Amino acid sequence: MQEHLLSIILFTPLLGVLVLMFLPRSQKTLVRLWANISAAAGLLVSIPLIVNFNRNADGMQFVERMDWIPSMGVQYLIGVDGISVLMVMLTTIMGFLAIFSSWDAVKDREKEYYAMFLIQQTGMIGVFISMDFLLFYVFWEMVLVPMYFIIGVWGGPRKLYAAIKFFLYTLAGGVMMLLGILTLYFVHFGQTGRYTFEIAELMKLNMPLGLQQWVFWAFFLGFAVKVPMFPFHTWLPDAHTEAPTAGSVILAAVLLKMGTYGFLRFSLPLLPKASSDHTIVTVLATLSIIGILYGAFVSLMQKDWKKLVAYSSVSHLGFCTLGIFALNQAGIAGSVIQQINHGISTGMLFLVVGVIYERRHTREISEYGGLAHVMPNYAIVFAIAMLSSAGLPLLNGFVGEFTILQGAFDANKTWAAFAVLGVIFGAAYLLWLYQRTMLGEVTNEKNKGLPDLNWREWAVFLPLILWAISIGVYPKPYFDILEKPVAQIVHRVHQTANTEAAIR
Amino acid sequence: MSVFYTATDHFVLLPALLLALFGCATLLFDFWVFPDPKQRRWLLMFLVLGEIFAGVAYWRQFDFLSSHGGELTAFNGALIVDHYSLFFHSIFLVTTLVVGLMSYRYMEVREEHHGEYYGLLMLAQTGMYFLASGYELVTIFIGLETMAVTFYVLVGFLRSDKRSNEAALKYLLLGGLSSGFLAYGFSLLYGLAGSTKLADIGRMAASRDASDPILLMALGTTAVGLLFKISAAPFHMWAPDAYEGAPTAITAFLAVGSKAASFALLLRLMVGPLGAARASWEPILVAAAVLSIIIGNLAAVTQSNTKRLLAYSGINHAGYILLGIVAGNPTGIKGVLIYLLVYTFMTLGAFAVLTALTRKGLAGEDINDLNGLMKKAPGYGIAMLIFLVSLAGIPPTGGFFGKYYIFLSLVETGHYSLAVLAALFVAVSVYYYFRLIRAVFVDTEEQETPALSTSFGLKVGLGITGVMTLVLGMYPEPFLRLAQLSISR
Repeated sequence: MQEHLLSIILFTPLLGVLVLMFLPRSQKTLVRLWANISAAAGLLVSIPLIVNFNRNADGMQFVERMDWIPSMGVQYLIGVDGISVLMVMLTTIMGFLAIFSSWDAVKDREKEYYAMFLIQQTGMIGVFISMDFLLFYVFWEMVLVPMYFIIGVWGGPRKLYAAIKFFLYTLAGGVMMLLGILTLYFVHFGQTGRYTFEIAELMKLNMPLGLQQWVFWAFFLGFAVKVPMFPFHTWLPDAHTEAPTAGSVILAAVLLKMGTYGFLRFSLPLLPKASSDHTIVTVLATLSIIGILYGAFVSLMQKDWKKLVAYSSVSHLGFCTLGIFALNQAGIAGSVIQQINHGISTGMLFLVVGVIYERRHTREISEYGGLAHVMPNYAIVFAIAMLSSAGLPLLNGFVGEFTILQGAFDANKTWAAFAVLGVIFGAAYLLWLYQRTMLGEVTNEKNKGLPDLNWREWAVFLPLILWAISIGVYPKPYFDILEKPVAQIVHRVHQTANTEAAIR
Repeated sequence: MSVFYTATDHFVLLPALLLALFGCATLLFDFWVFPDPKQRRWLLMFLVLGEIFAGVAYWRQFDFLSSHGGELTAFNGALIVDHYSLFFHSIFLVTTLVVGLMSYRYMEVREEHHGEYYGLLMLAQTGMYFLASGYELVTIFIGLETMAVTFYVLVGFLRSDKRSNEAALKYLLLGGLSSGFLAYGFSLLYGLAGSTKLADIGRMAASRDASDPILLMALGTTAVGLLFKISAAPFHMWAPDAYEGAPTAITAFLAVGSKAASFALLLRLMVGPLGAARASWEPILVAAAVLSIIIGNLAAVTQSNTKRLLAYSGINHAGYILLGIVAGNPTGIKGVLIYLLVYTFMTLGAFAVLTALTRKGLAGEDINDLNGLMKKAPGYGIAMLIFLVSLAGIPPTGGFFGKYYIFLSLVETGHYSLAVLAALFVAVSVYYYFRLIRAVFVDTEEQETPALSTSFGLKVGLGITGVMTLVLGMYPEPFLRLAQLSISR
């Protein structure tokens, strides 16, 4: 059991799909129920992972190794370190909540809808636990197809445009990444005479800076589109705006993290020289800061509630990448925590939009006003989500942003100065949004009779709120679990940088 | 020289003999034994039986090679059986079988269900046999013409359909032209080597300077002839029209069987005997590959007829496969084999779904005819999804490993710019494949249409192709071993 725990976590959702395929289409409640059971089972089996995870151990845990395609040196090699473990938990929790929140929202082709979510769940978990580069790539691409359908079938009016744009952008970046992977593969063969995609093996490579830079940019195209970093972010507002609520939640909470995770797992450890190269770091940090500020400015101007949240993602993910390229303990640990936080708070914000959209079928901010009078509970939930996203102390967002800023300050004071501006603007667009929609008199007749949150909506929000508060009040467990893996990455990047400097 | 027909000759030729025999017998049985149109299903059984016999004969050859190793030549070196040719023979076998299975109901619906159809399928396969196993120019050429002439008939099989007639005529004219090119190239090769045997031609190519103008001309005309057959740009003009007009099942046969057979020959020629003259033919193939990928992809985007769209997609795939030959190292050649294998299953499958869409009074060839397929027939919808995702090259389907191997070989041999081009055009191809996927899954039927024309055979065919497309994507190892075996001598 224990030694196959990761495989069980990985394939539980897929197992759910297999059964789901045989359920009769007309039994809608049964289909919903089974999808929820599968997702809940996926969450339950992942709990032993975090419980039994040894945060003091180095390297990968729960490793499973099997030959997959031996003639190419591809293995079914999965394992987790502190970073992966958090990502897996984020995926199973958000995946369950997304499916649970769709109970009332989706009334069309439920069977396919839930099947897509569950398949996607397997793909995302696979991305976070693959320790073989080709296996990783297979899961990476596999995730695209279900998301295409989720946006394209159950999305808003411009769903098809948004879906194919999402697909094409990520795929184009992905294939470039594949070429980078293959280059590494052959360099490794050239140096050792052995074909392998195993990340731990590829890390032993000694590559000249020039080659590392090329491969870095190839990886960059794959990861930056996914994050998304400015200027590759244009697919994101469309995809987010058109996706159904649960789709947006997963997209924001988990899918985007695949990009930042990629930087952490592959770019930094495999290409330490390129990742600490002055030009590359400057470019990446600059793009991150542009993302932070640009996302914030554009958010300020949005008339569409959901689009505002979407652009806020660009801004928040900018913090995450900035933290990564601060290349120090605080920056990277903060970045990972901020990725979790962004999952929680932006997930909540999208759910908040979803709640009102289900009632009024419009997302125009100007349609609303004074909702706090009509839906007091809703206003409270929204307030918590908004404050957590804005980084109020004692809520989760603060911990992440603060640590990232600390790391950025260590690395380069100018970056920190600009990034702080982003925090301020972030508070501005969120508070203003809150003010326009929630406070004051009820401006629109249609909003007068809106029902407040029902129990199911509460059941979705409550765990997220508790999670947000728990991270805000007591973030130590997260820092503990991240300590070792992040230290390893930092060590690896600086060690090579230092030896280079010593040689010079 | 004394023995005219040895036991080895027989052993090597047996599959082709069986196929030709069954093919001709089908023609006779059609009016002797089964004159009633309702009995024509027995002729399909006849095809299946023929394929089983041929399969056993191939299996015995495979068994022999496995225990004795190497290769087997017959008729003084005019024919050869090695793992390489057996790899292609199995592709032809599966192709003919699946095409036969998907034809039955389709030809009935088109009201052109005649017995000789199945005979012609097997005769075409006999021609393909000589393309993969021929080791002497005249034998190869006769095999090629056997295949081509059968295809001219099959493409125009819908006698009362103008488009089918037009397609047959176009294919005949341009196919004849390409055969002419090929014959010219062959004759030059013969003139240079003084022999029609590929082994002698190999010695000739090795001894000559790569920039020798006569050698260049011989290579150029041979390559052009074959590029026509694999419908690589800029010699692709016949393909969209022929694909569109031909009966859908034959379009699949043309797209898979004819293309795979021509690739079998192209690969054997270019990497084997003419490998020494690589410097002369490489630029030609690079140009054809790049043009195929660009033209195939860009033209496919604007198509509204599914068959035409798949024709352009076939041109695009030909480009990718050519890149494997351009890379030319063992990885690249393995890539060509794997790609062709995957291409066989996914293309056959996609066309098989299209045959089900053709109903009485409804051509079912427009993209809009796919609308709402998922709702109407979920099994067909999911199958189509698998094939299209695979055609687009997305894991976990076989199409991914085909493309993957091509990229692998390009990176390995340092063709980085070609690799980047090939990779970027994957994104373009996704655009039009997902247009079809969107029709199947997202769009809804505007008006009620009759039920799909299905049959047991079609479902079997879909099952084989669908499962194989997935297996190749999830566990390609055994097939990689086969490919490895095929290229090792």
